[in-house]
Amino acid sequence: MTDIENEQWPPTCSAALLHQRAELYQTIRAFFVEKGVLEVETPILSTAASCDLNLDSFSTNLSADQMLYLQTSPEFAMKRLLASGSGSIYQIAKSFRQSEQGRFHNPEFTLLEWYRVDFSLADLIEEMVELLMLCFGQNLAFRTVTYEQLFQQSTDINPHQASLSDLMGYAANQGNPEAVDICGDNLANGLDYVFSQYIQPKLRKDVVYFVTDYPVCMAMLAKLSGEQPVTAKRFEVYFNNVELSNGYEELTDADEQKKRFEHELKERQQADLACVPMDNNLLAALAHGMPNCSGVALGLDRLLMLMTDANSIDEVLAFPIDRA
Amino acid sequence: MATYSTSDFKSGLKIMMDGSPCNIVENEFVRPGKGPALSRVKYRNLKTGRVIDRTFKSGETVEAADVMETEMSYLYNDGDFWHFMDDETFEQVSGDATAVGEAAKWIKDQDKCTVTLWNGAPLLVAAPNFVELEVTDTDPGLKGDTSGGGGKPATLETGAVVRIPLFVQIGEVIKVDTRTGEYSARVKS
Repeated sequence: MTDIENEQWPPTCSAALLHQRAELYQTIRAFFVEKGVLEVETPILSTAASCDLNLDSFSTNLSADQMLYLQTSPEFAMKRLLASGSGSIYQIAKSFRQSEQGRFHNPEFTLLEWYRVDFSLADLIEEMVELLMLCFGQNLAFRTVTYEQLFQQSTDINPHQASLSDLMGYAANQGNPEAVDICGDNLANGLDYVFSQYIQPKLRKDVVYFVTDYPVCMAMLAKLSGEQPVTAKRFEVYFNNVELSNGYEELTDADEQKKRFEHELKERQQADLACVPMDNNLLAALAHGMPNCSGVALGLDRLLMLMTDANSIDEVLAFPIDRA
Repeated sequence: MATYSTSDFKSGLKIMMDGSPCNIVENEFVRPGKGPALSRVKYRNLKTGRVIDRTFKSGETVEAADVMETEMSYLYNDGDFWHFMDDETFEQVSGDATAVGEAAKWIKDQDKCTVTLWNGAPLLVAAPNFVELEVTDTDPGLKGDTSGGGGKPATLETGAVVRIPLFVQIGEVIKVDTRTGEYSARVKS
C-alpha cells in the first residue's frame, strides 16, 4: 500500500476529449497538407519577449547571467522563417501568458498559427471559413463586419474618432466608472474595454463574426490601409461570444515595426512594467525582406470548447495549470 | 489588514466594497482582444442584499471582510436588541432590528439561528428553516374537515400571522416554513 494520495493526478478532460483533440489535429494537418502549407516547429524559448503592454511573458534562466522568455505566440520565429524563404507555413504551438487564468484561459495554451504568402486579409478569411466548417463538420453562418459598424451600431460611438474620455464616459453611464482605473490613459485599452463589455456580449451566438478594419491604435503587427479613414488590416473572429482568433495582413516594414516596439516599451515603462528585450532577430529578418503575407492565430483549446459545448477550458485540457 | 487579489476571487469570498461587507457571487477572468486583463465580478452587499456588477483590474487588491457564519442560540429580546449565544464558547452577541430582520417574526428562545457576524457583531440573522409555534389566536367558529381550501388567519406566540387550515385550533402547535412564511404541518403534542 502507498500513502501517496491526492485528487489532483487524473486529467480534468474526458477520454472522449483526448480523442476529439487528436482528431482535430489530424483534420488541421490534412487540411494544410492539401493546401501545400508546410508544418514547422520553432523554439518556445527566446532571448526576446513580446513588448505588448498587456502581455506578460514567463521567463527562465539559461545561465546565471542570461534570461530567456517563453513565447506568447510563435509569431516572431515564424516570420523569420518567412523572411528566409520558407513559403506558406503553419504551426501548432504551445504558448504561454502569465496570470491569464479563467473559464477561457490557461497560462499554457495551444495556438494554431499560419501564414500565407501573397494572401490578402480577405483571402485568409476565406481560408479560415473553409477550415472552421471542416472542424465543425457543418455549415456555419458567417458574417464579416467592420469594427466601426459594430461599434457604431451598439454604442453610437465612432471608434476611429472617439477619445478615451468619450469611451470612459460611456462606460460610466453603463455603470462602470471603474473602467478609468483599468484602462489607464491608453486609448486602445478603452476601445477593448467597451468592445468586450458592451458589444461582444450582444453578438449573435449562432453566427461566426469576422470583425475587420481596426482603429490604427490597435494595429499591433498589422499593415495600415491606404484609404480614409486609415484602418489597421487586422481581423478578429468571434463565435458564440468567444474570441477565437486574431489575424493581420502582416507588417513587413522593419523601421515601422521597430517604432511600434519602441512605443510599446515606452507604454510598459509608463505602466511600471518590466522592461523586456525587443526581438532584434525579427527586425533583422524584416530588414532582409519578408514577403507580403497574411497570418492568423487560432486558439485550439477554445475551438475545442466550442466544438464540444464545454463550459470551461478545463474540460478540454488534460491537465490545466492547477494540476500541472 | 488582510487583502485579496482578483486572482483569489471566488464565489463565497467576503470582501469590503464601499464600506460594506460583500459576498462574491461570481468572478470571470477576461482579457478582451489585446486589451487589459480584468475580472468581471458579481457581488452581493450583505447589508442591503443588492447584487452589484463591477469590473476589477487584474491583480487589483481589496480588503477582506471579517465575516463569518455561525450557529447560535437565540436567548431573548430586551426591547431594542436580540441576544444570541454561541453554544460552544458561551460568547454572547446582540443584534438590532436591521440585523434580525424577518427572523424576529419566527424565533423564540433556544431556537438555533444562523448568525452572520461582521467584525464580531450580527449582520444578518436567519431563523431555522422550520419553527414550531403555538397558535395563540384564530377564529374558533370556522370549522371544516379538510386541510385544503383557503384556511384562516392565525396569530402565533411570536406575533407572526400565518394562514392555517380550518381544523387547527387555539393552543395547538404548528410547524412553519420560515423561508416562505407558510404553514407546513400540525405538531402532535
